[in-house]
Amino acid sequence: MPNALLNSPVPLSWYLILSAVLFGLGVAGFIFRRNIITVFMSIELMLNAVNLTFVTFSYQFKQVDGHIYSFFVMVVAAAEAAVGLAIILTVFKNRGTLMIDDVNSMKY
Amino acid sequence: MNLWLIPIFPLLGFLANGLFGRRIPKALINVFAVGSVLLSFAWVVKTLLALDPIETKYIEHYFTWIQSGTLNIGVDFAVDRLTAIMLMVVTGVGALIHIYAVGYMEHEGGYYRFFAYLNLFMFFMLVLVLAQNYLLLFVGWEGVGLCSYLLIGFYFSEQFATTAGNKAFIVNRIGDFGFSLAVFLIIRQFGTLDFGKVFDAAKGLPAEGSAGILTTITLLLLVGATGKSAQIPLYVWLPDAMAGPTPVSALIHAATMVTAGVYMTARSAALFTKAPITMETVAVIGLATAFFAATIGLAQTDIKKVFAYSTVSQLGYMFLGVGVGAFSAGIFHLMTHAFFKALLFLGAGAVIHGLHGEQDLRQMGGLFKHMKITATTLLIASLAISGFPFLSAYYSKDAILVAAYAHAPWMYAVGVLTAGMTAFYVFRAWFMAFTGEYRGHAHPHESPLVMTGPLMILAVLSIFGGFIKVPHILEPMFGEGPENLGLELLSAGVGLLGIGIAYVFYVVKPGLADSFAKGAGGLYTLVYNKYFVDEAYDATVVEPLVEGSRTVLWRGIDAGLIDGTVNGVGTRSRGIGSILRLAQSGNIRSYAAWVVLGSIALLLAIGFAGDLR
Repeated sequence: MPNALLNSPVPLSWYLILSAVLFGLGVAGFIFRRNIITVFMSIELMLNAVNLTFVTFSYQFKQVDGHIYSFFVMVVAAAEAAVGLAIILTVFKNRGTLMIDDVNSMKY
Repeated sequence: MNLWLIPIFPLLGFLANGLFGRRIPKALINVFAVGSVLLSFAWVVKTLLALDPIETKYIEHYFTWIQSGTLNIGVDFAVDRLTAIMLMVVTGVGALIHIYAVGYMEHEGGYYRFFAYLNLFMFFMLVLVLAQNYLLLFVGWEGVGLCSYLLIGFYFSEQFATTAGNKAFIVNRIGDFGFSLAVFLIIRQFGTLDFGKVFDAAKGLPAEGSAGILTTITLLLLVGATGKSAQIPLYVWLPDAMAGPTPVSALIHAATMVTAGVYMTARSAALFTKAPITMETVAVIGLATAFFAATIGLAQTDIKKVFAYSTVSQLGYMFLGVGVGAFSAGIFHLMTHAFFKALLFLGAGAVIHGLHGEQDLRQMGGLFKHMKITATTLLIASLAISGFPFLSAYYSKDAILVAAYAHAPWMYAVGVLTAGMTAFYVFRAWFMAFTGEYRGHAHPHESPLVMTGPLMILAVLSIFGGFIKVPHILEPMFGEGPENLGLELLSAGVGLLGIGIAYVFYVVKPGLADSFAKGAGGLYTLVYNKYFVDEAYDATVVEPLVEGSRTVLWRGIDAGLIDGTVNGVGTRSRGIGSILRLAQSGNIRSYAAWVVLGSIALLLAIGFAGDLR
């Protein structure tokens, strides 16, 4: 019954699987990409994957906590974007590169 | 009665001179230093007149010092007849010596420092005699030790003075160690340190036939007394203490501080009389000290050293007195000794002052015509210490000797022999200094009135001090001692004999002494070198201690163990850190990988832990 399929709610696990996949993509991007901008976007992707989990559980349990947390995360992400982009700009100005492996002077 | 005023005056004098002495004129320093002691003396006189006759102990409680469980230690001052005598001696003789010191120290550097220390000494000494419990007495006890150290090392630019100060301090530490152990034992045994309570409790105990707790306590107190009062085996510091200025030798190392051990023993009479073994030990130590110190005194050539060994010897008499149970006789001799020995030292100081620092008897001679007052007063003091009839020591020393005879005749015999030697060495010093031809090169002159004045007052006290019947005054506390006129005359006769021999040796036939010394040979060398006791102590105690400290404590424990541990911890940390820091690669992606791996590990761990649960 196609109608029944359309009217039945999306199961919880589907949301969680999507969220896990998005998070996994973020992690992979962070570890394997070398461009700082891409790495930065991967971080945003991870944050939003977590947001999705929050909202999912909030919907499932009919509680508002998850929404509130996701707003917090968005605020932090916005602030982080501002600071992060500023850092990236400065790094580029000073070193002329966006390759993350070249920015490694802070070591033993 | 405000007993606290008595010690507080000298303390204020100390503060005034110690804090501002550098900036104020000498006259003002004198006012503070001498004035504070005179005020203190005046207050003592006023208090004693108001309390007279002191039938029971007068106690003032100021505040609780230590409150711990059932132990309650207060700051209490008290006056009974024993304290009254000590107060008069300390403040009276102390005031005279302060006045004398104004003249003696006139040309010395560190003038204000000297009087500040001297006033501080008076403060602690008065706390010592006024204290109504063992801990407060110990405060005074340690305080006078500190001042003694400071004043022995007064000429701190001289190596021998600082060494002598250190020696006095360290030797006294040994005695004080015994004293503090005794205090702990008293707390354990009686639960209090208050004199009244301890002695009342001790009166209820039986006399100990064999060694018991009271014997232990009193023997430890005796260890403290031998340190402070320079008895065998801890007497070695006192002769060296003569490195200090002469008024210090007179006040601290003859008249007052060194008698603190005798005072403490008499104060603790209630404990000592219950421990016959300790009493016998006290008597034997006192007698042995009196005898050996006197023999050493026979051959010394430094005028202050002669009197120093004489002090050790006379302190031995006092211990003999308290040891045979004649506490009042011991205190009697303490008082007369304070008079004539202070006079001997101050007179010696006047001689040294008049000869611009010369102390060697061989560089003196014929000084009588140059300094008549000093010579006359010193003659009186010498007669007094020799037990010349009707002078002060005739009464006090004989009170001790008669009591010793009643205890054991052999002690009397040794005591009389010592009395003869005392007369001999004192008059040897007097004849060598004042008769014959002058052998030195300085220009002798008499001292000013500020110095000779105290000499004359002390001479009067040395003559008439014996008529202050201390045993009678102390009779309610210690009972009356025996009397025996025959024995008194015998010891006085031996004293005269000693004077006569000294006269023959050093006036009639001056060469006789040297030939006699040559004849005695090894014995003379032995005595002249003080039985090599210092050398023996060096070899058996000091050197092993220094060597042990150097090899075991310093190189072994300090440099090896402690430094090794600390440095080892540092080296290991650096080693581990040098490996761990490799993780700090600077590569952001590797950090991220570590975070991911760590998170996975954590998740797995939580998962497994959940399974286990």
